[in-house]
Amino acid sequence: MTPLLSVRNITKRYGPHLGCGDISFDLYPGEVMGIVGESGSGKSTLLNCLATHIPADSGQVIFDTRADGPRDVLRMPEAARRMLSRTDWAFVHQHARDGLRMGVSAGGNIGERLMAVGGRNYGTIRAAAGDWLGRVEISESRIDDRPSTFSGGMQQRLQIARNLVTGPRLIFMDEPTGGLDVSVQARLLDLLRGLVRDMGLSAIVVTHDLAVVRLLAHRLMVMKDGHVVESGLTDQVLDDPQHGYTQLLVSSVLQV
Amino acid sequence: MSDDYNFAYLDEQTKRMIRRAILKALAVPGYQVPFASREMPMPYGWGTGGVQVTAATLTPDDRLKVIDQGADDTTNAVSIRKFFERTAGVEVVTSTSEASIIQTRHRIPEEPLSDDQILVYQVPIPEPLRFLEPRESETRKMHALEEYGLMHVKLYEDIARHGHIATAYAYPVKVEGRYVMDPSPIPKFDNPKMEMAAIQLFGAGREQRIYALPPWTRVVSLDFEDHPFDPSKAEHPCALCGAADSYLDEVITDDQGGRMFVCSDTDYCESRRAAGHRGELAEDAA
Repeated sequence: MTPLLSVRNITKRYGPHLGCGDISFDLYPGEVMGIVGESGSGKSTLLNCLATHIPADSGQVIFDTRADGPRDVLRMPEAARRMLSRTDWAFVHQHARDGLRMGVSAGGNIGERLMAVGGRNYGTIRAAAGDWLGRVEISESRIDDRPSTFSGGMQQRLQIARNLVTGPRLIFMDEPTGGLDVSVQARLLDLLRGLVRDMGLSAIVVTHDLAVVRLLAHRLMVMKDGHVVESGLTDQVLDDPQHGYTQLLVSSVLQV
Repeated sequence: MSDDYNFAYLDEQTKRMIRRAILKALAVPGYQVPFASREMPMPYGWGTGGVQVTAATLTPDDRLKVIDQGADDTTNAVSIRKFFERTAGVEVVTSTSEASIIQTRHRIPEEPLSDDQILVYQVPIPEPLRFLEPRESETRKMHALEEYGLMHVKLYEDIARHGHIATAYAYPVKVEGRYVMDPSPIPKFDNPKMEMAAIQLFGAGREQRIYALPPWTRVVSLDFEDHPFDPSKAEHPCALCGAADSYLDEVITDDQGGRMFVCSDTDYCESRRAAGHRGELAEDAA
């Protein structure tokens, strides 16, 4: 089976400081990979390198494209890369404001990707937007409201709908539940888990919250100081941590 | 004509630089060519871009017409006409057919232009994507990669909010199937006229951009399949000349709700009245 995404020796430096060093892994279709670590461990740097938001210094990110098979996205022409990132890829930002157009209605936000790939029928776009609002548990009557009138949890769900409307195969998530209160977090995780399963999505989830990866991720990478210190099946890593840092991380979680 | 200025105010090197930008703009229709816009002796928003383009295209034999919202006698038109009378000494006219260069703000003349004429537009904001994407670096990239989905988001928002495309002026167009262009704030009624025999030049002084349409360039107004482009106008004939095919201004005549609709193109209206056409409110002496 071809991996959907193969990452090979990704390195990113900020001057003398290492962002992330020499990271390699494979992600197979339908698989969810969690990346955990403390602040400054390089997990967001890695995610942004993979999503080509910042250029990696060296390495390869090979994505199994629908048309041409496995291609290194870092060496694709920019037009093809941007096309990929609005069709087959999705990126969920920690702050919904970064991923939404706050001055545009919810329907327009969801419809943007459809129009970007050539959708020119208002009725079809609007129907798709309404359908997706329902799937992320937002009332269809809010379709013409701006996201600024939405609660934090709703904004985050709207961001997810906006990203998934083109039926992507790979979704990058940067702290998707950060800044939400626990009950809203639980609902969002439930929703994400359902969507990932129903659509057969592959996902890379960056978080510092071990509960999130426990629920969502099949596999786990633990990062510290720009390097992967431990990786494996989620339950295995969390229940039987081998590396000293992972042991610290697992034991730092408060038990209520 | 004042001898204190070089012909048409700008120095020859500046005109040369602007002509180069114009040639490039004509070679790539709809593409916004940056140019080193000069300080002009009038405030930004009064047509500094259009004036520079006009200055660079003027020759001593030209006949210049300047219109503002279709009218030859409004402040902006009068001051620019005076400016070129004084600095270039060219003949100024108000008749559309007699002019060789027409500088315009917010209108295209009703009378079809011919292939020996140049139409110069004053443009306040040349970037059609600006209100949706504030970053210049990003909009340039979007033009380069032909990513114009965002333009339809604006039209989508219009329909969602008003039930129809409510953008009535500065209606975005696609040029030769490539660049999306802001036609300057002309009413969308004028959009279909942009496929014309004359050369059209667009100058934005503050934003330092020039773009152009060569004769008979394909100009398509953006729309949705189920909400097609509609070049609407007020459903009235002109009250003075009776024209049913021209763009109309609504003029409030009293505080009892009285109003009249008149051609915004004053030259068109006057020449029609001179030819004997009469609208319902026309005085016979007029």
